Formats: sequence, structure tokens, C-alpha cells
Amino acid sequence: MLSPAIAFIVILFLYPFLYGLFLSFTTADGVPTLANYRRFFMDARDVRTIWVTMKLALPITLICVCLAVPFSYFMRRSMKGERIITFFLILPITLGTVLVSQGMLSFMGPNGWLNQFLLALHIVKEPFRFTHNELGVMISVALQGFPYAFLMLLGYISGINPDLEKASQMLGANKWQTFWKVLFPLMVPGIAIAFCLNFVMAYSVYPSAVLLGQPSGPTRVIALAAYQWAFEKFNFNAATAISMTMAAIELIVIAIVLAWRSKLYKGATMVGKG
Amino acid sequence: MTKKFGDKIAVNDFSLEFGKGEFVTFLGPSGCGKSTALNCITGLIPITSGEIYIDDECIDDSRNTVAPEKRGFGMVFQNYALFPHLSVRENVAFGLKILKLGKSEIERKVNDALKLVHLDGYASKFPAQMSGGEQQRVAIARCIVLEPRLLLLDEPLSNLDAKLRIELRYELKALHERLKVATIYVTHDQSEALALSDRIVVLKFGVIQQIGSPQKIYSDPANSFVADFVGYKNAWEGKLEKLVEAGSGLIARVKTPGGIIDAKLAYGANDPRRKALVSAFETGSPVSTAVRPEDIMAGVKGDVNNLQCVAGLVEYQGKVSQVAATFAVDEKERIDMRSSIPVSVGDTFNAWVDPEKVMVFASATSGGIKT
Repeated sequence: MLSPAIAFIVILFLYPFLYGLFLSFTTADGVPTLANYRRFFMDARDVRTIWVTMKLALPITLICVCLAVPFSYFMRRSMKGERIITFFLILPITLGTVLVSQGMLSFMGPNGWLNQFLLALHIVKEPFRFTHNELGVMISVALQGFPYAFLMLLGYISGINPDLEKASQMLGANKWQTFWKVLFPLMVPGIAIAFCLNFVMAYSVYPSAVLLGQPSGPTRVIALAAYQWAFEKFNFNAATAISMTMAAIELIVIAIVLAWRSKLYKGATMVGKG
Repeated sequence: MTKKFGDKIAVNDFSLEFGKGEFVTFLGPSGCGKSTALNCITGLIPITSGEIYIDDECIDDSRNTVAPEKRGFGMVFQNYALFPHLSVRENVAFGLKILKLGKSEIERKVNDALKLVHLDGYASKFPAQMSGGEQQRVAIARCIVLEPRLLLLDEPLSNLDAKLRIELRYELKALHERLKVATIYVTHDQSEALALSDRIVVLKFGVIQQIGSPQKIYSDPANSFVADFVGYKNAWEGKLEKLVEAGSGLIARVKTPGGIIDAKLAYGANDPRRKALVSAFETGSPVSTAVRPEDIMAGVKGDVNNLQCVAGLVEYQGKVSQVAATFAVDEKERIDMRSSIPVSVGDTFNAWVDPEKVMVFASATSGGIKT
């Protein structure tokens, strides 16, 4: 019964991954070498991309998750207009990165409606630069990442037995104490997973960085470096080494987050029935 | 201590007053508003109108409410509602930590509470590692450690298996004897209500049907609903043929599809049941009998109330058998009884019921009485 799934994983994930790993440790002729990695870490312009991407991805992820927590908290019980709110929160995923980026370019550009509005209200004296910088990339990636974090946390928080909240209140805790002492600890596993997913998505950012950032400099992200080595310089071995470095960094961050999770959440994940 | 509230759709004109240390049970089938009434008292559900007082302090007058966390009530839930991420010790200490008590004081109180529910030694376990009965005892400890002014129990035993339910019931009773904390207990199980309570409040569709001691409720139900709920399973619709006063009570003769039933009713002069019967007799409106299965004697013949029955199902229960029969004259009308003589399926036999064991209610009575 499991074999189709296993075949699927082997063909679509395991084989490409192992092949990539093999490429990154060999020369174009298939001779084993560490040169691809050495080149990446010695090249100041390339190695910078690790931090450039981290500077984008970490704040985006934090903002997405931190916003998703209160949103999911206030929407944990069915309420009026829930479907409409959820629709607008999820809309960015359905539109796709390129459409959202194009929309942002015209809406938030120097002559876009947003800047005209801000100018008219005298909030800014000259058009504020929302696009073609880190901010533009961050907004775009956050718009795409937030729905995932929100939906995941909403699932977690609405799965918490509502009697726990009542019990906490009956024991003298106010709403704030109930949130911090009961709901938040129970949401920690969800928060950790949402953080990991969002971080991986943000760290592998590519289209937004090209369309809304400055791909030659401040937003030359790690995925862009890999792309350039693969399709501009046609050095697949060097490019896969960069991809593997990217994967390693993501895995390290995930490991840190999961370690934090298990430190904070020691209890059993489920309440068993008597 | 006074407590009043009224006029909620789910709980209509609910008015009740009770004393310190009293154990009051809200009894009724599911959906009768007993949990809603309880949640109104806790403040988890705002009331529409009416007032709730505790120790002369108004905690809810339907406009200004004291928040649930400030009422100093304890609540035990049907599904235990223990915090799964906290150990037993942390669960019990939860409320004490909110009160910002000292570490050693919390430690001492938690240990005392756990000892009281016979769970010393379980302090570092997590809820998921415990049985339902143990979890519910933790939940009880978590409440009583705060010395609540009022303890509210919402069907606390319903999720437990039968044996454990009776065990924990004894423990609850003992605990109440010891702590003397005013308690409101919600259940749909009449045996729990009878075993535990000082007073029982029977509810139907959010309306109080009867308030009284377990003895009163059991032996002298106020209407056919309460009667059915406490085990008067034989309710035969009929018309009054005769209604005469006999001393302080009444003698009634009811014509039912199964036969003529005589009843000696101890309804006093001011009893609303008496007034309802008198008007039912005058207007000829339907009445209903109420007889316990154990009061019907199979194979016995008396002067009156001889009922010809055909045995349907016979369930052997040791000393007696549970017999579900139908009347010989009308096989659609059921009669439930206990039989100490051997009866087999299809047998026709005579059964007798003492007129003093028969109750009669006017069918339309839905309002309750207070006793």
C-alpha cells in the first residue's frame, strides 16, 4: 500500500536531492572535489548572500508568525464575517507571486495610488520608496507567507478544547493570563511548525527579490546566486553547492526552532481519554 | 446566600435560593437548560434579565456583571478540562499562582488538596498519563485548593465508566461532608442526584418542574415529567371517571385503555396537583397515571386494579424479573413491572397495583411547584 508513495518520494525528492549532493561534491567531469563549496565561501560577493537572505527572511518570518497569533486568537470561535476575512487573508496565495509583485509595483510605486494618497494627506513630502528595495521584497514575501502561518495557527487554536479557557477563567485567570498560561503554550507546536515553513519559504525567495528588489545588490539573495551560476555561467556543480548550502542553513534554523519548541513544551501533545 | 435570575430563553424564570454548605443538584434530560443555568451562575454566559446575588453581593444584575474570574467560584467540567501541558502539581497550583501566593504556601496547599482526593504521589504526572477518574479528581483538587465560595460541577461523572462513577460519587459525597462548601451539581442521572443532594431542582425546557429533597422528589413528584424522570415508568393516559375527597386526600378512578385504575392520592387542600385534577375532572380533559414498575405485583389479585397482561419481554435479573408486558385488552398500551413469579413470553396473567402507589396528574400541568 505504501509503495506508490515511496516511489513518489524516491523519484521526486530523494533522487534529485542525492544527485544534487553528488553534483555539488564533484567537478563537471565527475571528479570528487570540495572546490565548489570552497569557491562559494571564498567569494565575498557570493557568501554575502547568506546574510542578505537571512536579513530578509528572519524579520519576514517573525512578522508573519507574530501577526498570525493574534489573528488566529480572535478568529478562534466562529464569528460574523469570518469567511470574508479568511478569503481576503488567503487571497495572496491564490494570486501567485508574480501577480502580487506586479500589483505592488504599480500600487506602491513612486507614482502609485499609495504614494499619491500619502502625499495628499501630507504624511510624506516626497514619494516613499516601497519597491526596488528590501522593504518591497519583505512586503511581498510576507503577503505570501502570512496566510500559511495564519491557517496553520487557526487550525491549532481552534483545536484547543474551549473548556480549557473556561477552566482557566474559573480559576481566576483573566483573558491575558489565560492566553499566556494556557493557549500560548498549547500553540507552541503550531507556532514552531508555522515558523519553520515560513522561514523556508522566505529563505528561498527568488521572484520577489528580482521583481521588487535590487537583484544586483541589496537583495541579491542566495537563490539568485545559485540561478546565476546555473543559467548564466552554466556551472551546475557550483550552483548545486550553493543550493546545498541554502538547504543546510534552513535545516540549522529548523533545528534551532524545534529545540526551542521541545524546551518550552514538555507535556504530552494530546489529552488522552480516561 | 441568595441567588436569583430569570427570563432567559434557555432558562426561563429560574428562581432559586440556597444556603451555606448546601448540595443542590440540577436534574434534567439533555437540553433542558441545566448547563446553561450553571454557566449563567459562573458568568461564562451573560444573563438576559434577573439578578444573581451571593452573600448579599450582587454579582450579576443583567447589566453589570462581575467577571467569572473574580467570582471566586470553582468549576469541574464533564471532560475534566485539565491543562495538558502542565503536570498535576502545576494544574492544581494554577489558581494559586494567579493569586501570587508564596512558593512554600503553594506547595503546602497543593499537597493538601492532592491528599484530599487521594492522589498524593501523582504530582509530577501529566494528565494524559492518568485515567479518567484520576483526571477528574485532579480537576476537583484544582478547584477546592482555592477554597471557592461555590463549587459548580457540570456532569463530572458522565465520562466515566459505571464502576468508577459510583466510586467517585462516594468520594464527592465524603468531600462535601468534610468541606461543607456550597455546591451546585448538574446531572441527567437521577441516581446521582438522589444519592448526593440535599435538594434537587428538576428542570425541563429551562423551567423548574420541582424543587425538593431527594425523598420528596422520589416519592412525591410534582407532575408527570418529574414522575417519569424518577422512575414512575408506567404513564397511562386516561379520563377521570370519579374524583372524591377522602379525608385530606382524594380518591380518583381513571379509565385508561388498559382498564380502570383506582388511586388514593395524598394531595392536600392547597396542592396545585389537586386543583389541576379537580379542573380536569370538571372539563373532562385527559389525565395521566404514574406507577413504578416495582409497585406492580404480577400474579396477585386484589379488590380493584386487576390488570390482565400479556408478557412481552422478560429479563431475568436475579431475585426478580423485569417484564415488559402489554394489556390483554389493548396490546398497544405497555405495562412495565418487576415480577417475582416465573413468567414467560406470551403468558397471560393478572397483575395488581395498590391504589396508594398510583399517582395521577392532570396532563396539561407543565408548571412546577416548590416544596
